[in-house]
Amino acid sequence: MAGIIDLVGRAGIGPHEAADWSRRQELMTDLRSVRGRAYPRVIGLAREPSWVLFEILLPFLATAAFVFVYRAIGAPQEYVGFVVLGGALTAFWLNVIWMMANQLYWEKSQGNLELYFAAPMHFMSILFGMAIGGIVMSTTRAATVLLIAGLVFGVTFSVDQWALLLGVFLLTLAALYGLGMVLASLFLVWGREAWHMGQMLTEPVYFVSGLNFPVARLGFLGALSVAFIPLATGLDAMRQLAFTDAAFPLGTPDPLLEVAILTVMTVVSILAARWMLITMERRARRDGRLSIRWQ
Amino acid sequence: MPPLAIEVRGIRRVYSAKPAPVVALDRVDLHVAPGEFFGLLGPNGAGKTTLIKILTTLLLPSAGTARVFGFDVERDTKKIRRIMNMVAGGEQSGYGILTVREQLWMFTQFYGLAGGDGWRRVDELIEAVGLTEQRIQRVSTLSTGQRQKMNLARGLLNDPWILFLDEPTLGLDVSAARSLRELIVDWKRAVPGRTILLTTHYMAEADELCDRIAIVDHGRILAIGSPDELKRRVQRESIFRLELDHLDGGVATLVRLPGVVSASEAAGAIDAATRQTVVMNLVLEDDGVLGQVVGALARTGSEILGLRKSEPTLEDVFVELVGRGFAESDAEAAGKAG
Repeated sequence: MAGIIDLVGRAGIGPHEAADWSRRQELMTDLRSVRGRAYPRVIGLAREPSWVLFEILLPFLATAAFVFVYRAIGAPQEYVGFVVLGGALTAFWLNVIWMMANQLYWEKSQGNLELYFAAPMHFMSILFGMAIGGIVMSTTRAATVLLIAGLVFGVTFSVDQWALLLGVFLLTLAALYGLGMVLASLFLVWGREAWHMGQMLTEPVYFVSGLNFPVARLGFLGALSVAFIPLATGLDAMRQLAFTDAAFPLGTPDPLLEVAILTVMTVVSILAARWMLITMERRARRDGRLSIRWQ
Repeated sequence: MPPLAIEVRGIRRVYSAKPAPVVALDRVDLHVAPGEFFGLLGPNGAGKTTLIKILTTLLLPSAGTARVFGFDVERDTKKIRRIMNMVAGGEQSGYGILTVREQLWMFTQFYGLAGGDGWRRVDELIEAVGLTEQRIQRVSTLSTGQRQKMNLARGLLNDPWILFLDEPTLGLDVSAARSLRELIVDWKRAVPGRTILLTTHYMAEADELCDRIAIVDHGRILAIGSPDELKRRVQRESIFRLELDHLDGGVATLVRLPGVVSASEAAGAIDAATRQTVVMNLVLEDDGVLGQVVGALARTGSEILGLRKSEPTLEDVFVELVGRGFAESDAEAAGKAG
């Protein structure tokens, strides 16, 4: 019991003093919460070797199938590179759908959600932690797929602006995970339908994001209508920057325009996620329907 | 004057439901002083968890006000969250992939402890709750008792001034439940002012731990007091169980005595020497009448083999207040839920 007694690190501080935090304390708690929530995802990389099968081997096989089809129909060589890049980015979309959008619903069923709500940090810290942990996790997987597929299929990159390519990649992730934060709140409100929604969205998003072909092939209006999907816009910009020698279809948007679209999407989605969280918490407290497991 | 640890005034909570709204709490008033170990005792569906959810800022009241250490649950949510914590029975929080140590550390981050301080706090608590051997074991492999000890450690990470315990020993075996109760009592004793609100439907647990208890049913508080005060409410008379070697004239001999409300033979027993003993329940107006009973028995030549005063239990209190037992109430709640 000595341990418990020794824990008193704030002798002489009453409940009112303990409740009175400075701005710095609030900020540090939010930042530490991001780190805390990211931790299980980062540590999970080493603890669950099954991801090698599900998130490297299977995406690699799916990518390989498209590569063989393109080769069989005599498509330009750059299409192999397009498919490999798209296959690598699949890891991020899967992560956003299954480990961002569905996560809060799962956290609720585990009883974590009410502990998060009852803790003193801002709930956005939890979402940022989930996103950062997910990015670390998925980047490892995406890089592995990119490396293996790139070597096996002999993909040659021609990059003129490495900094811009990296910037677009990071911006794509920011917009994508921002969307994941919005979906997390939405899926929580939708409850059990969330899982079905996740499944339903997977294939259509693969298609309209142009994971396996340049999105401009959908036509100008088609490409425009899917521009709100960060994966579609980001992937298209990355392809243009990673394969500068390739011929892109007419109507392909300028990468800088896509950067602007991604920036707007990032800001809007993060603000929307924040607003939705506040709304969701208010609703949860009012209706008692989100924090109570059986409801 | 320092604020109360809990101050609830006219709290009402109604859940929307079909075919009719459910009233979980109905005009509840409650005052808990700093440093008190307060229990909410009631069957399933009585409204105990709803009250905890309101006090822990997870749920808004439909009407009325509630304050924790003077902070309003509707407006001062952040301040309340900085000084409280909660642990529920059967809690499965966290992530099975983490070790006990990692899981607790993760939660220290949500309370703003610096990385190194967090690890130190975790190690201290792991030792205090007796999970040293399991510290690098994955959470998913813990037994129910170990899991609940870990949950308690999680609830103490931020050194809360008020700890809400919602059926903390639910599903634990006798030994694990006792161990957990000891930890809770020791933690509370260590610092004056630490307050605990416990909900339970284990009568003995409430009796053993709580300074005061509120008996709750159908969203209303039926009685508040210390366990002894509550028991005295139902014990208007003194009840004794008396064993005699024999009693000439039967129980009627005693019923005639002034101050004896009733005397009834409870059971007979044959001892080794085949001599019959008389066991009876004796209800007296007060303890003072016992002297006259003993005197009367001595005059008849009866030898007293055993004398035990019957104490009422909290179950008796509940039955007196509600008109039915806990088991029936739980069955009723289950029937409604089903």
